[in-house]
Amino acid sequence: MERNRNRPEPVIDIRGVWFSYNGQSVLEGVNLVVPRGDFLVLIGPNGGGKTTLLKLILGLLAPRRGEIAVLGTSPPRAAHRVGYVPQNVHVNKSFPICVHDVVRMGRLGAGGGRMRPGARREEEAAVRRAMEEMGVWELRRRRVGQLSGGQLQRAFIARALVSRPEILLLDEAMASIDAQGRAEFYDLLAELNRSVTIVAVTHDTMMLSPRVKSVACVNRRLHHHAGGEITPELLEAAYRCPVDLVAHGVPHRVFEVHREG
Amino acid sequence: MSEILHMEFMRHALAAGLLVSLVCGVIGTLVVVNRIVFLAGGIAHAAYGGIGLAIFLGWPFLAGTLGVALAAAAAMAAVTLRARHRADAVVGVIWAVGMAAGIVLIDLTPGYRSDLMSYLFGSILAVPASELGEMAVIAALVVGVVAWFYPHFLAMSYDPEFARIRRVPVAALYSLMLALIAASVVIVIRVVGLILVIALLTIPPFIAESFSGSLKGMMARATALSALFTVVGLFVSYGLDLTSGATIILVAAAGFGAALLWRRLHPARAGGAG
Repeated sequence: MERNRNRPEPVIDIRGVWFSYNGQSVLEGVNLVVPRGDFLVLIGPNGGGKTTLLKLILGLLAPRRGEIAVLGTSPPRAAHRVGYVPQNVHVNKSFPICVHDVVRMGRLGAGGGRMRPGARREEEAAVRRAMEEMGVWELRRRRVGQLSGGQLQRAFIARALVSRPEILLLDEAMASIDAQGRAEFYDLLAELNRSVTIVAVTHDTMMLSPRVKSVACVNRRLHHHAGGEITPELLEAAYRCPVDLVAHGVPHRVFEVHREG
Repeated sequence: MSEILHMEFMRHALAAGLLVSLVCGVIGTLVVVNRIVFLAGGIAHAAYGGIGLAIFLGWPFLAGTLGVALAAAAAMAAVTLRARHRADAVVGVIWAVGMAAGIVLIDLTPGYRSDLMSYLFGSILAVPASELGEMAVIAALVVGVVAWFYPHFLAMSYDPEFARIRRVPVAALYSLMLALIAASVVIVIRVVGLILVIALLTIPPFIAESFSGSLKGMMARATALSALFTVVGLFVSYGLDLTSGATIILVAAAGFGAALLWRRLHPARAGGAG
């Protein structure tokens, strides 16, 4: 595969991917190239295949046809270098586990389980750093069931960050955060975006923010133009895109939106 | 009370009860948080087929029962991992077939009838020293394996999808958990019998869950509660001349009721540290 040397190396490279659940087509011929450092938001209606696409990138599902490369290798091999924040943070709320232990779970596979004493200290430092970054260190002794949706969301992002991933995948991360917390949340993601590529999924176009570097629409098909001109028309169209999709069932339209600064 | 402890069978019974409590606390916790009580019941009843097989072939109790329980666990692991939506029906079939095979095998054994009840309701007062040693080995093995893989069992139980992303071999770990349940069930049957295995495996962890801040804490509390119920039940059954297994379970049920009441009176205190 040849690559243009002037363009940043893609961290996610999806070519001609098809996927179906029980014969029901979910994704059809999807192409997506995400360059390092991108802040990509995937929008589209519920059931349009956004979560499926994330699970394909994580290697939790395998495509029926097509190829996926993540960080230059196959998704299952790259999964431990990818941070994942799942859609439903409210599962298992009665489980006897404190916030600290949830975050520490993010270090599994990085020598988790049995380890030498030095590594243990290192792990503890990484857990603390991620929790402080997300502002949940003070909540570390609380049981997960005692946290609000927003607090739990932050704890789950800390869990995704604790292994210092190169890519951060967020599935409907804004769903459990109230309106006034959202701007702040986007500032936080923009801050994280300095060192990590972000792909966030949402069904709510109101979630878009000037912090976002590019937008793609997923409704069984997806098309994503990396780079390209920025026009108000494109920006406006990007916001309307999922509405069109719902109304007409017409798939793919892709836009590069405004980059702030 | 001290004269009770002078009797050898009573000392054996207490030792067996404490071993079983340790296993119930640790494995019962995994059963409860993974919501596989029905599956554990299926393994226990399939184990009855193993008891029948052991009696029919003249094998030692442990060999036949453990073998069949492990085979049932392997079959259930295969079904749950490959066709989750069919799992409960298949578990139900294995449950019934195991039980029926056990009864028929005992029918076919010439001149054998007497011990049927003892396996259904347990025979904690008749545990010989030799078997106590075997029970201790199994208990140590079960608890040791869980301790070794604790972070992985924790991740699998709380969030299996995330565990997979972190390269935890979830399918293998799940099968290992069912095998540990099979081994545990075999020694718990000795104490409270087939019918009551599930009660001892679920009641103490269920009480412990709301008072524990970690899976480890839940295992420790469930073990302590299980030991308390077993010892109290044993003394009550001795004093009142009742079936020991059933008495132990009634004591556990009383404890369960007391915990519910306590939680209703002190709702804010549930889920503390540890």
